[in-house]
Amino acid sequence: MRTFFVQTMREVRGIFYTPVAYVVMALLLALIGYTFQAVISFLNKSPSEVTVLQVTFGNGLFFFIFAITTSLITMRTFSEEFRMGTIEMLTTAPVKEWHIVLAKFFGTVIFYSVALAPTLVFFAIFSYVSNGHPAAKGPGAFGSAYLLLLLLSMLFIAIGNFASSLVKDQVNAAVVSITVKIIYLWVPMMLEEMLNITDPRVRKASEFISPIIHMRDFSAGVVDSRRLVWYVSLTVFFLILTHHVFHSRKLKS
Amino acid sequence: MIRVQQLTKKYGPFTAVKAISFEVAKGEIVGFLGPNGAGKSTTMKMLTGFLPPTTGRASIAGFDVFDESLEARRRLGYLPENTPLYPEMKVGEYLRYRAALKGVPGSKVRVRVGDVLDLCQIKDRESQLIGALSKGYRQRVGLADALVHDPDLLILDEPTIGLDPNQIRTVRELIKNLAEKRTVLISTHILPEVEMMCSRVIVIHKGQIRAMDTAENLRKNHRAVGELVLEARAGNDAVEALKSIPAVKDLTAVSDGEWTTFTMRLDAKTEPGAEVMRLATERKWEVRELHQKRATLEDVFAELTTSE
Repeated sequence: MRTFFVQTMREVRGIFYTPVAYVVMALLLALIGYTFQAVISFLNKSPSEVTVLQVTFGNGLFFFIFAITTSLITMRTFSEEFRMGTIEMLTTAPVKEWHIVLAKFFGTVIFYSVALAPTLVFFAIFSYVSNGHPAAKGPGAFGSAYLLLLLLSMLFIAIGNFASSLVKDQVNAAVVSITVKIIYLWVPMMLEEMLNITDPRVRKASEFISPIIHMRDFSAGVVDSRRLVWYVSLTVFFLILTHHVFHSRKLKS
Repeated sequence: MIRVQQLTKKYGPFTAVKAISFEVAKGEIVGFLGPNGAGKSTTMKMLTGFLPPTTGRASIAGFDVFDESLEARRRLGYLPENTPLYPEMKVGEYLRYRAALKGVPGSKVRVRVGDVLDLCQIKDRESQLIGALSKGYRQRVGLADALVHDPDLLILDEPTIGLDPNQIRTVRELIKNLAEKRTVLISTHILPEVEMMCSRVIVIHKGQIRAMDTAENLRKNHRAVGELVLEARAGNDAVEALKSIPAVKDLTAVSDGEWTTFTMRLDAKTEPGAEVMRLATERKWEVRELHQKRATLEDVFAELTTSE
């Protein structure tokens, strides 16, 4: 177990040592800050029932940023170890392969949580300048919205790590990872809104898989346990795939 | 310490290592010798558990390298070819991380890292980035890493490749010092290195073991490329006469007008010096010099690894 913690800390440090980490953090805050500001001026012009929290996290741009930044941060996790040959140092130390896969996963989750945390400040500032106007439907809504963010970032990081374990070059890893995530995010929306498919079964399916639809509920404070199961099991699925690819790739190197 | 039985590694149709077997006893320094692509690195990678063998078994300190890989890995320090390291980490930081990863107790990490920094003479580089180090220093960091958990066995894959002569000497001295308490398996194709350091040599070629002995015995038993040189004032019949000796395979004669130098290539494991001397006495040649060149380890290496 200790080796797992040691390796996780090494992964966190490894990420903070790369310039990409700071680019990602800046990009994340700048773009979320921008949408936050746009949301407020939009709500100022046309007051509505939805809260600032709901619109900030419930728009397409936010998910796009999410897909890009999680891919940028995971692109080097495995590909770089194979490219540099450090994988040999890592796997000949007395460490289990599962520990390596999980350490890389949790290391990235820790980094990404740190990168996302400052967005809470946006809402604090909002509440301060608007003389206590609620940014969400109660404090619980923040909890559920950030819970979904955490689950979604875990899934996206697992996908990103998987892509990185597949290919040699980190740029390819990022491209694979971004493509998969964009297909996942946009297909349900496309079916419904662009192709105008009104079949209730399609609607039902979209509701089941689309993070954008899930966020509408979670940012209103509604925690649906089916969604928790969905994200956790998909994340575990990608971690298992990553382990398999990592194992077989190590054998071939 | 190491026991290898019928170890084979195939990459598709290509067999990199063919059913090799050998043992290394505790406290030995064994040189693993062979040309590029002979299967040295592949064998070492199998011993460290990095690559699984296609067939055969290997164990370290009694632990199977594949079935009890973690236990086996705890007991070995490995320096891979080209020393891959994380360039963004500082030397001390990297070694502390590696020590913890390899199970050195938290309270002892600093002491152990201090020890190996001293041992490998890189104390003054402790706070430098690995990416900024020269090749020689990187090699020593890799060695410090291999040593940091105080393993019983060291497996070093070409530890002196790409270093300048001074660095080679430093690394060689270092390995010699380390070997006092440990077992070392070292691969190289620098032959003087082997003669200076190793108690035993394993020559591997095209995935098969060609010879396994001390460097001294290897040289003694391989005379295939031996040469006999005779310098004498001799008549015109000398060339014919010398050629008639059965052990002489080939002969060249160079004369400076007075003295003639005859260089004879000999059959394996023959010493026809006495016969030549007898011939010279019979025919009343004046002999200035007669000597048989002993095979060097290089000759042995060339013979074992160029055939077929």
